[in-house]
Amino acid sequence: MRQTVYNWGRYPKVKVDLKPLRFREDLNELTLDPCIARGNGRCYGDSSLSDSIVSTTAFSKVLLFDRDRGIFKCQSGMLLSDILDIIVPKGWFLPVTPGTKFISVGGAVASDIHGKNHHLDGCFSNHVLELEIFCGNGIFMKCSTEEHHDLFHATCGGMGLTGIITSVTFKLKRIETAFVSRIQEKARDLDEAFYLFEKYASHTYSMAWIDCLKGGHSFGRSIIMAGEHTPFGELKTKVKTNALTIPDGAGFNIPFELPGFLLNGYSVKAFNELYYHKTRKKISYDIVNYDPFFYPLDAIGNWNRMYGASGFVQYQFVLPLKTSRVGLIEILERIRKQGLGSFLAVLKLFGKQEGMLSFPMSGYTLALDFPMRKGLLSFLTTLDELVLKHQGRLYLSKDARMDAAVFKASYDNLEEFKKTLNKYVPEGTFTSLQSKRLGL
Amino acid sequence: MKSILILGGTSDIAIAVAEVYLAHNFKIVLAGRNPEKLQLVKNDLTIRFDGDISTKLFDAEKLQSHKEFVDTLDHLPDLTVCAFGYLGDQAMAKQDLEECLKILQVNFTGAVSILNVISERYKQQKRGTIVGISSVAGDRGRQSNFIYGSSKAAFSTYLSGLRNELFHFNCHVLTVKPGFVSTKMTAHLQLPPALTAKPAQVAKAVYRAVKRGSNTVYSLGIWRMIMMVIRLIPEGIFKRLKM
Ligand SMILES: Cc1cc2nc3c(=O)[nH]c(=O)nc-3n(C[C@H](O)[C@H](O)[C@H](O)COP(=O)(O)OP(=O)(O)OC[C@H]3O[C@@H](n4cnc5c(N)ncnc54)[C@H](O)[C@@H]3O)c2cc1C
Repeated sequence: MRQTVYNWGRYPKVKVDLKPLRFREDLNELTLDPCIARGNGRCYGDSSLSDSIVSTTAFSKVLLFDRDRGIFKCQSGMLLSDILDIIVPKGWFLPVTPGTKFISVGGAVASDIHGKNHHLDGCFSNHVLELEIFCGNGIFMKCSTEEHHDLFHATCGGMGLTGIITSVTFKLKRIETAFVSRIQEKARDLDEAFYLFEKYASHTYSMAWIDCLKGGHSFGRSIIMAGEHTPFGELKTKVKTNALTIPDGAGFNIPFELPGFLLNGYSVKAFNELYYHKTRKKISYDIVNYDPFFYPLDAIGNWNRMYGASGFVQYQFVLPLKTSRVGLIEILERIRKQGLGSFLAVLKLFGKQEGMLSFPMSGYTLALDFPMRKGLLSFLTTLDELVLKHQGRLYLSKDARMDAAVFKASYDNLEEFKKTLNKYVPEGTFTSLQSKRLGL
Repeated sequence: MKSILILGGTSDIAIAVAEVYLAHNFKIVLAGRNPEKLQLVKNDLTIRFDGDISTKLFDAEKLQSHKEFVDTLDHLPDLTVCAFGYLGDQAMAKQDLEECLKILQVNFTGAVSILNVISERYKQQKRGTIVGISSVAGDRGRQSNFIYGSSKAAFSTYLSGLRNELFHFNCHVLTVKPGFVSTKMTAHLQLPPALTAKPAQVAKAVYRAVKRGSNTVYSLGIWRMIMMVIRLIPEGIFKRLKM
């Protein structure tokens, strides 16, 4: 079937041949023109786009759930949202979750996703016990940190280039309730934001929303959010009987693409102003369900349509600790001067790196959205230079435009990755538009 | 505990029907051709719903085996859903007799053969419900898929006759005619949302229609109207259309 496919950023859009995968055995019949696996299309750019795509949305069965030991095994197309529905009522939670629950487990491994707990718990791969991968030519490989560990570390964060992940076995996290005790504290500027990240470093979850349009004294003002899974004893009596109930997912959708002009510097400024002042208090505490804590944006089904027909670009980079402060100041200043707004600028402190191409490293990461417009791409190229100058790198899962030179200069383990690829995968079996662009 | 037998138990619609009936505490028997696929579906449903689910091998095309299949069931289910089908490839079926016969065999002969056996048992015990998943494609032949369509038309006609017969034995037959269904397989096809049902919607419609004792249910309801209009187009005009 040839059809138009695009991912969350709605850019680029390509006409491709899409093969749905339903049963593992179907892979034996896979003809060997270069292809790439695609999960739920929640990466922003072209990581899961190629002339020929193997879609895993129908490949989503649970294979095992050990309720006593908290071990879960499923086919790679299963969505995190479906996993939560099964495990939360039994007192378990995902070890690591991104800002949306509508991604597949295969996507979680291939992007080696990070969550608000990266500084303590690492990436998703840190909790994976075993993977099975189809490496082409009828060959299925099992791997883990012990067995074929090179293949394992290349696959986690490997953006689908080592093959099609078929099943994932991973450890869950014990919870007593489906609630999260949340602390929100305002930081008046960037330095206070850094200070608060240190202050909340022992909290399981932490991240900050940052206002990147504000200059002067309030440059870098933020709201830091930290959280812990709420212990049973801390729940109010009236919710105690529903301690592990799945929240009711009713939300709304943006039914069509909003006209692009709605999002200009002024509307973003106004939004940021409102958001920062939504509470007067310096610190506030509350207990909320896991949905609004982890997935605030999922309540608005297609929020990506907010940016209009031309789509938008996410830009997420990380800088090593030693350059984080200077680097962020320089980059934020550049963005502010350009007047390019971003509703959702998210700042987070990472722990150390895991997989060969995994994105996180010790330091600060910032994620921004820019509506697509003329001049944006060249502006982002100048940001790339700043990121490189401060020894940082960009998240492949959010990328649709980085050039090969920037990539090569910023991902240190590239040679090791390529070596592993050559060892296990017949050349050119799995390629994406992104891997071609980056010369991978 | 009531029980339901789902023939063709690994399709998306079959799985959705199983989920709805599990939620209503039915015992489920999934029947199909491929033991690994059956096991996979059974395992998945068991983990998600903690229900009583078993599997049994069944091949719609092996007509001779159907009587034995029914004889070896642990017990006769209260409800039988005939959910298997084969869409096939129209263009190929015009050239290739094997493909053509397979479409006719799975959708019609195979269904008739197994339902003949089951309906006789239901008649004897004066109790039982049969659900046949047919298709709107059987309401009028169109050039793009009339081999499949005619097999479903024949199946629909069989079901209405069977309904008539079984009525006098206190048994019921429900014909289900799904329009577009967005199965996981079609997740990336651009089907018109207003006309496309989710398997779960089809399954709920089945559950409701069985409870009410309805005769024919379209899923979504709008397809009843669409097909009425399509049936009303005079043949002289219809034959010129490219559908
Ligand atoms: C609102 C939003 C918030 C997000 N927040 C975060 C966040 O906090 N942290 C974070 O890390 N990410 C975040 N992301 C990014 C997202 O988690 C990743 O892009 C994830 O990989 C998407 O998974 P997917 O199933 O949609 O896969 P796709 O987008 O379809 O594919 C992503 C990559 O995974 C590969 N892949 C998918 N399935 C397989 C498979 N079975 N075998 C091999 N390779 C496969 C693809 O080839 C591709 O390279 C966010 C995305 C959105 C839209």
